[in-house]
Amino acid sequence: MRKRLWLILAVGVIALAFGVVGMMDRLRFGLLHVGYGTPIPWALWVVFYIYFIGLSAGAFLISSLVYVFGFKQYEAIGRIAVFTALVSLITALLFIWVDLGHMERFTEVFTRPGFHSPLAWIVWLYTAYFFLLVAEAWFLMRRSFARGARQGGLKGGLYRILALGTQEGTPADEARDMRIVRVLGSIGVPLAIAFHGGTGTVFAVTIARAYWYSGLFPLLFLVSALASGGALLTAVAAFIIPNGYQRHRELVISLGRLLLILLLVEVLMEVAEFLVSLYGTAPAHTAPIQEQLFGPNWWIFWMLGLIGAVGLPMLVLVTAGRRSGLAVGLVALLSAICFIGIRWNIVLPGFALPELPGLEYALVEPHLNYLARYTPTIMEWQVSAFAIGIALILFAVGYHLLPLEKEPSTETWQRQEVSR
Amino acid sequence: MPVEVETKSMTIRMLEDLHRALQKPLEERRWGMVIDLRKCVGCNACTVACKAENNTPPGVAYHVVIEEEIGQYPNVARRFLPRPCMQCEHPPCVKVCPVNATYRRPDGIVVIDYDVCIGCRYCLTACPYGARSFDFGDFYTAGHTPEVAAYDTNPSFEYGRLHQRLPGRLNQSPIGNARKCTFCIHRLEKGMLPACITTCLGGARIFGDLNDPKSLAAQMAASPRVVRLKEELGTEPSVYYLL
Repeated sequence: MRKRLWLILAVGVIALAFGVVGMMDRLRFGLLHVGYGTPIPWALWVVFYIYFIGLSAGAFLISSLVYVFGFKQYEAIGRIAVFTALVSLITALLFIWVDLGHMERFTEVFTRPGFHSPLAWIVWLYTAYFFLLVAEAWFLMRRSFARGARQGGLKGGLYRILALGTQEGTPADEARDMRIVRVLGSIGVPLAIAFHGGTGTVFAVTIARAYWYSGLFPLLFLVSALASGGALLTAVAAFIIPNGYQRHRELVISLGRLLLILLLVEVLMEVAEFLVSLYGTAPAHTAPIQEQLFGPNWWIFWMLGLIGAVGLPMLVLVTAGRRSGLAVGLVALLSAICFIGIRWNIVLPGFALPELPGLEYALVEPHLNYLARYTPTIMEWQVSAFAIGIALILFAVGYHLLPLEKEPSTETWQRQEVSR
Repeated sequence: MPVEVETKSMTIRMLEDLHRALQKPLEERRWGMVIDLRKCVGCNACTVACKAENNTPPGVAYHVVIEEEIGQYPNVARRFLPRPCMQCEHPPCVKVCPVNATYRRPDGIVVIDYDVCIGCRYCLTACPYGARSFDFGDFYTAGHTPEVAAYDTNPSFEYGRLHQRLPGRLNQSPIGNARKCTFCIHRLEKGMLPACITTCLGGARIFGDLNDPKSLAAQMAASPRVVRLKEELGTEPSVYYLL
C-alpha cells in the first residue's frame, strides 16, 4: 500500500478508535447524551450527513462528465469518482442512521413509506443510487478484475470473486461494457440531481422554517454538492494518485477551473439568498442570516465558509492555480474540508428562532432549552469520528485493492489492437 | 318575554357536549379547543396538569404557556398564550413523516404511533408551533438522586395504552420517539375532558366538538374576536384564541 493510503488508513483507524466509545454510548443510551434537543432537533450528524451526501452527488456528477458526456480529459479520475461517490454515500447513510431515535426501525421507510414525505423519496432514491453505483463500478472494473485474477495472492483471489465469472474479453466487449456504463451513468445523472435536490427539498418544504422555505434551497444544495464533490476529487487526483499533481497536471488544473466556476455559482446563490433575506424586517428571515454572520458561531461562516471553502480557493485558482497543479490540489483539499462549514450553516440557522416568540422562556428542561447555545457533545464528536474513520478506512482499503486508477481506455485498447 | 339565561357551569356543559359527541361516529366529531386569553392568568395549571396526566419526562412538553412582557418599566403588562398542539386540519408534521407513523384521526386529533416512529424528528422541524417534543430518555431523578423516584417510572396511558419508561431501557418507545399533545384521547374516550381543561382556574379553556353547533366550543369558535395562530400558513388549527 502506498504511503498516502497508509496515512489515510492510519487517520481512519485513530478516528475509529477515538469514536468507538461514543458509538457504544450511542448504542447503549440512545440519544440521551447528545447536545441537541427539541429546539434544535437536527444538528451535527445531520450536518455531516448532508455534507457526505453532497460529496457523493458531486463526485458522481463529475464522473458522469467522463462516462456520459465524454470529457476524456477527466478519464483518469472516472473510476475514482464513482468509488468516492460510493464511499461518501455509505458514510452519509451511516450518519443519518445513528441520528434516528430508533435505528432498528429504519427498514420501515421501505416497508411502510409515506410518499408525501421528501425524506421517504430520498431514501428510496439513495437506495436506487446505491445499486446503480455498485453496478456502474462493476461494469467499469469487471474486465480489470478478470485480468487481475491471473495474479495470485489475496488480490487475485478477490478479483476472481469480484469478476463474477467475467472473461477478460475483447476490446469490443470492453466497448460494450462502456456503453452499459454510459447508460447507467445517464440514469444516474437525473437520479443524483433528484436525490440531492431532494435532500435540499427535505429542508425547503418546511414552511415552519423561513430560512429553508425557498425554491433556491434545492438548487443551492446541488451547486454546493458539485463544488464540494469537485473539490474532493481534485484533491484526490492531485494527492492520492502518485505524483498526481505533476503527472496529471493538466487534469488537475482543468478540474481547478471547473471548481472555480462551481464556487462562483455557489457564491452567486448565497449572495442572492442573503440579500433577499436580510432586506426585509421579518425576524424569521433576517435572524438566521444574522446568526450566521454575527452569532456566537460567526467563525463558521467567515473562516470555514467564506475564506476556507470559497474565498481563498477562488483567489488561488485565478492566480497560482492557473499553472500549478500543487496549488490547485491544496486549495481543493482546503475547500472540500471547509465545506462542512457551509453545511453547518444550512442546518443550524434554521433553528435560530423559536417557532413562537417567547417559547424560549416557557419551559426550560434538559433537551428543551431554547436559550442554550448548541455545542456538540464529546459523544457526538466521537460518533462522527467513528463514521469518518469508517469512511477513511473504506477509502484507503478500497483504493488499495480495487483497480481504480486509469487503465488504457477502450479507444486506446482498440488503437493498440489495430496497430498490432 | 323572559330571556332564557344559561346558568349551567361551563364544565358541566362541556361534559354534556362531550358525551353527546361520543354518541356520534368518530368521523363525525371534530374536536377543538377555544382559549379565552382575557381569562388566562398565566398560572400554568394546564401545563402541570398535562405533565401529571401524561407523565411526560423532562424535555417533553405537550403544553406550555408562553409569557410575553409588553412595554417598558414601569409601564408593563404581561400577556399569556397557552399552547397545546393545534391539531391542524392540514398538519405539516403529518405530511413529512417518512413512515406514516403520525396521522390525523377522523375526529381531527393528530396522533403518533409509538411502535412505528423511527425518531427522525422531521416532524419537529416541520411543526410551526413547536408543539412536538422528542423523548431523549431523560428522567427527573435518574442520575441525579440515589434512587429513581416512582413518579419518574409511573406509566402513562396515552392512546389508551400503558407506556412505561425505564432508565435501563432507553431503546424502548416512547423513548426515541416524537411525542405530542393528544387532547387527552385516553380521557375523551372514557367520557372525561382533557386534563388541561378541567384544571383551568380561570375557566379560560373550552373544549368540544366543533361539528356540533350546540356545543360551547363551536359557539365560542364562531365569535368575531377569535384568532388562530399563523393562519397564513394554511394549517387550519383546531385551537382558537379569543382576544
